[in-house]
Amino acid sequence: MSDEITFTIDGVEVTGTQGQTIMQAADQAGIYIPRLCWHADLSPGGSCRVCTVKVNGRAQAACTYPISEGMLVQNETDEIREWRKSIVEMLFVEGNHFCMFCEKSGNCELQAMAYRFGIATPRYPYMFPQRDVDASHPDVFIDRNRCILCGRCVRASRDVDGKNIFQFVNRGRETRIAINAEANLADTALSAMDKAVEVCPVGAILRKRVGYAVPVGKRKYDHEPIGSDIEARRAKS
Amino acid sequence: MNLKVDQVVKKLTAASGRDRTRMMDVVRGVQAELGCVSGEAMEAIARELGCERVEVEGVVSFYAFLSKQPKGKAVIRISDCVVCRMKGADKVTEAFEQALGIRVGETTADGQIGLERTACIGLCDQGPAALVNDVPVTYLSTEKVSEIVDSLTATGEPKKLVKTLGEGKNATERIHSMVINNVRKKGEVIFAGMEPGAALRKAAGMSPQEVIREVKTARLRGRGGAGFPAGMKWEFCRKAAGERKFVICNADEGEPGTFKDRVILTECPELLIEGMAIAGYAIGAEQGIIYLRGEYDYLRAHLEFSMAQMHEKGLLGDGIAGKKGFAFDIRIQMGAGAYVCGEESALIQSCEGQRGSPRDRPPFPVEVGYLNMPTVVNNVETFCCAARIVEKGAGWFAELGSKDSTGTKLFSVSGDCSLPGVYELPFGLTISEFLETVGGRDAIAVQVGGPSGTCVNPEMFDRRICFEDLGTGGSMIVFGPQRSLLDAASQFMDFFVEESCGWCVPCRVGNVLIKERLDRIRQGKGQAEDLDYLEQLCETVKRCSRCGLGQTSPNPVQTTLKHFREHYTQRLVESKDGLQPTFDLTAALGDAVEAQGREPVFHED
Amino acid sequence: MTKPKIASTSLCGCFGCHMSILDIDDRILKLVELVEFDKSPINDIKRFTDRCLVGLIEGGCANQENVKVLREFRSHCDVLVSVGDCATMGGIPAMRNGIPLKECLAEAYLDGPTVHNETGRVPHDEELPLILDKVYPCHEVVKIDYHLPGCPPPADAIWEAVVALLNNKPLDLPYELLKYD
Repeated sequence: MSDEITFTIDGVEVTGTQGQTIMQAADQAGIYIPRLCWHADLSPGGSCRVCTVKVNGRAQAACTYPISEGMLVQNETDEIREWRKSIVEMLFVEGNHFCMFCEKSGNCELQAMAYRFGIATPRYPYMFPQRDVDASHPDVFIDRNRCILCGRCVRASRDVDGKNIFQFVNRGRETRIAINAEANLADTALSAMDKAVEVCPVGAILRKRVGYAVPVGKRKYDHEPIGSDIEARRAKS
Repeated sequence: MNLKVDQVVKKLTAASGRDRTRMMDVVRGVQAELGCVSGEAMEAIARELGCERVEVEGVVSFYAFLSKQPKGKAVIRISDCVVCRMKGADKVTEAFEQALGIRVGETTADGQIGLERTACIGLCDQGPAALVNDVPVTYLSTEKVSEIVDSLTATGEPKKLVKTLGEGKNATERIHSMVINNVRKKGEVIFAGMEPGAALRKAAGMSPQEVIREVKTARLRGRGGAGFPAGMKWEFCRKAAGERKFVICNADEGEPGTFKDRVILTECPELLIEGMAIAGYAIGAEQGIIYLRGEYDYLRAHLEFSMAQMHEKGLLGDGIAGKKGFAFDIRIQMGAGAYVCGEESALIQSCEGQRGSPRDRPPFPVEVGYLNMPTVVNNVETFCCAARIVEKGAGWFAELGSKDSTGTKLFSVSGDCSLPGVYELPFGLTISEFLETVGGRDAIAVQVGGPSGTCVNPEMFDRRICFEDLGTGGSMIVFGPQRSLLDAASQFMDFFVEESCGWCVPCRVGNVLIKERLDRIRQGKGQAEDLDYLEQLCETVKRCSRCGLGQTSPNPVQTTLKHFREHYTQRLVESKDGLQPTFDLTAALGDAVEAQGREPVFHED
Repeated sequence: MTKPKIASTSLCGCFGCHMSILDIDDRILKLVELVEFDKSPINDIKRFTDRCLVGLIEGGCANQENVKVLREFRSHCDVLVSVGDCATMGGIPAMRNGIPLKECLAEAYLDGPTVHNETGRVPHDEELPLILDKVYPCHEVVKIDYHLPGCPPPADAIWEAVVALLNNKPLDLPYELLKYD
C-alpha cells in the first residue's frame, strides 16, 4: 500500500499509515509512550509534554507529531526518561496533590505515571498554591487543587459534548480552568454524563457519590503500571 | 441589564461584522470605552459573536492590557524591562507609589489612576519609560513623576503629558509623541531612503517566481531572531494549496531590549508596506495584516495614514503599480500585551481572536496559517529588506554582511553604553567592534539577542554577530562593571514566567522553578548541587517546551552558568550539619509571633 | 558485636506510620535481632543515647519543636529516611499551607462555628511550641537521604527499606510497594 509508512522507535521497526501521529503508530505496535493530556477519544493537546520523544535527534511531542518514512524515533533513553520524570514532578509540586484522601487515588493517571517512573518524592519544592473547589453542581464537583491543566475537559466539552463549558483563563502560572458562568458550576449546562467529566485524568472533575467504590488492591494501577495494556499488545504479537 | 454595556458591545461587534475571529478588536474596544471587560460585557460579546462567555473570558484574561475589573481611567504602566531598571525604574516606581498613595497593581480610590508594571515597552534607549494608556513617557525621573501625577490629576488626559516632541515623524500630528528615534547609524538597506513605489514597480515587471528567486538569491534570513530563510518560506507558501493566502507582518517586537521595529514603523512604514505587497504578489495573497503590539498603539494612526497615502499613489489596493491583477490590501490587528504573540503561530491565534497560545507545528503557518490558509509571517525588518532586494537586486544585498547572514541588520542598543539607540550595521562585525561603535568599552558582558539569546563574556568579544556565530533579532544589551549578572538573569526569568502562555508544563512550571533556585543562589543560600539542579531544569524546559518561548527561556540562566560560572560559585554555601540553608526558622515563625503575640521560647536540653 | 542502632520519631504526623512499622508482624522479632532501638516511641526512649545508623522520620515540620527534633535526628543519624506522606510532602497537615496562619488560628480558636473559647485568644502558653508559617516537608528543613511515600507506607516497604539500609544496599522499591496512599 502506498500510504504505508515505516520508521523505527528505539531501533524497532514500526509500520503506520500516512497521517498518523507517532503516538498512534506506537500504540498500534504495542510500544508505550507515556502521556497525560492525550485521550483516545479526543484530539491531541500537546500540552503535558510527557510524550516527548526525539525525532531524528530533535525533541517533539509524540501525540502531535506526524510520522514519516524512515524517521528515527527515540523513546526509552535515559535522557528522555529524565525529562519525563522531571515534568511529572513539576506537576506534583505545581498543584496540591493529596493522594491519601483523593477519590481518584489508584485510578489516577498522574499518580500512576509517578509510580511508573519510580518517583518517591519530587525533587522540586512544593508551591502549595491556593486553589478553589466548586461543589455547587448537584452531581459533579471541581477540585482545582488537583488540576494539571491537561485541557481534556476543554476539548471534550467543545468537541464531543458541544457545550464549550470549560476554557483556560489567565496565562502562565496563573492559568486555570474556568467555567462558562460567572461563579458556579451549577449555573452551567454540565451534566454528570458529559464526556468532559469522564475524561479527567486526575481527581479534579469528579462525579459525586461514587468515590472509593473500588477497594485498595483492586484499583486500576495498584498492580500494573500505566501503559501495561499497550505493552501487552507487543508481547502478544 | 446595563444598557451602556449592551450598546457599546453591539456597536463594536457590528463594526467588526459580528465575526468571532475579530474578537480582539471587540474586547480592545470595550476595554477602551468602558475601562474593563466585565462579566456582563463578556456575556454580551458572546451573544453577539455567537460563542460562549468563557471563551471571551479566556481571551480577555490572556492579555495584559485587558481586564475584567476596572483599572482606572488612566493606567500608568511602568516598563519592567531589565534596561529600564538599570536606569532607575525601581526608584521611579516608588515615586509613583508615593505620589499616588497606592501600590503597584492598585487604582486610586477615585478610580482615576491605576499603576502597573509591564514587560519591556521598547523604549530601552530612553528609559526609564512608561505608558500612560497609549501615551509613551520617557526619561522618567522622580521629578517627572510628580509632574505626570499632577497633570493627570488635574486634566485626566494622558495626551497632555506630551510637551516636547521627538524628532522625525514623532513630531507629526498623527504620532505626536515625545519618543525619539535615536538612529545612530544609517546603513545601505533600511535607512538609506527609497523612492516610494520603486520596489513595487520593479516587482510588477517580474513574475512571482522571479521575485521569490531574487529573495532566495539574496539569501535573506528572517530578522526576528530565528533567521529562517525568507525566500524559502515564501516558496513553501506559494506552493501550498489554499483558496486564499495571507501575508502577516509581525510588528510585535517584545524581546526585552528590542525597539528597532518601532523606528521603522515611525520613519519608513512605506518600505514595510511595499515589502508586504511584494510578498503578497510572490505567494499569491491579496490580504495582509500588520500585527501591531499593543504598546505601539500610538503609531496606529500614522500607519493608517501611510497606508491611505499608498492607496492614493496606486501602491496599495487594486492594480498596484499599474499592473492589472496585482491587488493587495492591509489591515492592522492590534495586540494587547503578550510577548508570546511574537511567536508566529500564537500571533495567528491572536489575529483570529483567540488566546495567544502557540499552535502545534507541523503543520507550519506556510501551509495552515491564518484562517487555516497558507500564511507567510515575517518580521517588519524582513519585509523592508525584501523590498530593497527587489529594488536593487539580490547581488547588491548579498554583498553586504557575512556569508550566511547577508545584508545589514538593525540593532537596538541599550544598557551601559554612551550611545544607545538604533544602528544599521552589516552582519558579521565582532562584539569588540560593536562595543567600540556604541561606546561600551567597559562592558563586562553583552546580552546578544535579548534574554532568549546569549550572555557573552569578554573572552567571547571576538565572536561575530551573525546567524552563523552569535545570532540576534537585534536586541543588544550592554552590561557595565557595576552590574550583577545574576540580578539581570533573575529579572529576565521574571519576564518569562510572566509571559509564558501556560499551555505546556515545562514552560509554565519549569521557569518558575528555575527562577526560585536562581534566587536561592543570589541570596547566598544555594549549594553546589543546585548548579546541577539548574542545569537539569534548563535542559528539560528547553527540550520539552512547545514553542520558541520555552525553548529559549532558560537561556539567561544557562548561558550565564556557562559563561559566568564564577558569578554563581562565589555565592554558594556549604550546608552545615545537613541543615538546609534555605530554611529560616525565625522567618518561618514570623506569622505565629504576630498571630499569637509572643516571642518563641527555645528550650535547651 | 554491637548491633546497629535505629531511632524513630513522629513529628507532625498521626503515628499511623509507626503503626505500619508494627505491621511487619512477626518480622519485628527479626528486627530486634538485627538492630537496637535508640530514641523512639516504640521503646519510649526520650533522648539519644548514642549515634544511630538509621533515623526514621514520620510527619512534617509544623512547629518549632518539630524542627528542633528533626535537626537533632540529623545530627545523630547517619541516614535519615522520611517515612510517609507527611514527612515527604507535608501530608494532610499541609492542607493549611495555602491559607495564611493567622486565618487558620482564627478559624480554629476564635471564629469557627464550633469554637467555645472564653479567653477570646489564640492559646499562647509558653509551653506550647509556636507554629510555623506552613508545614514543611522534612527535606526542606534538613537533608534527607531516602523517601518512603505512602499514608502510611506499606509495612513491607518499611521492612524492605530498613533491611536494605542495614545491608548497605540501595533502596529500590518494587512497583507494588511505591504508593502515595
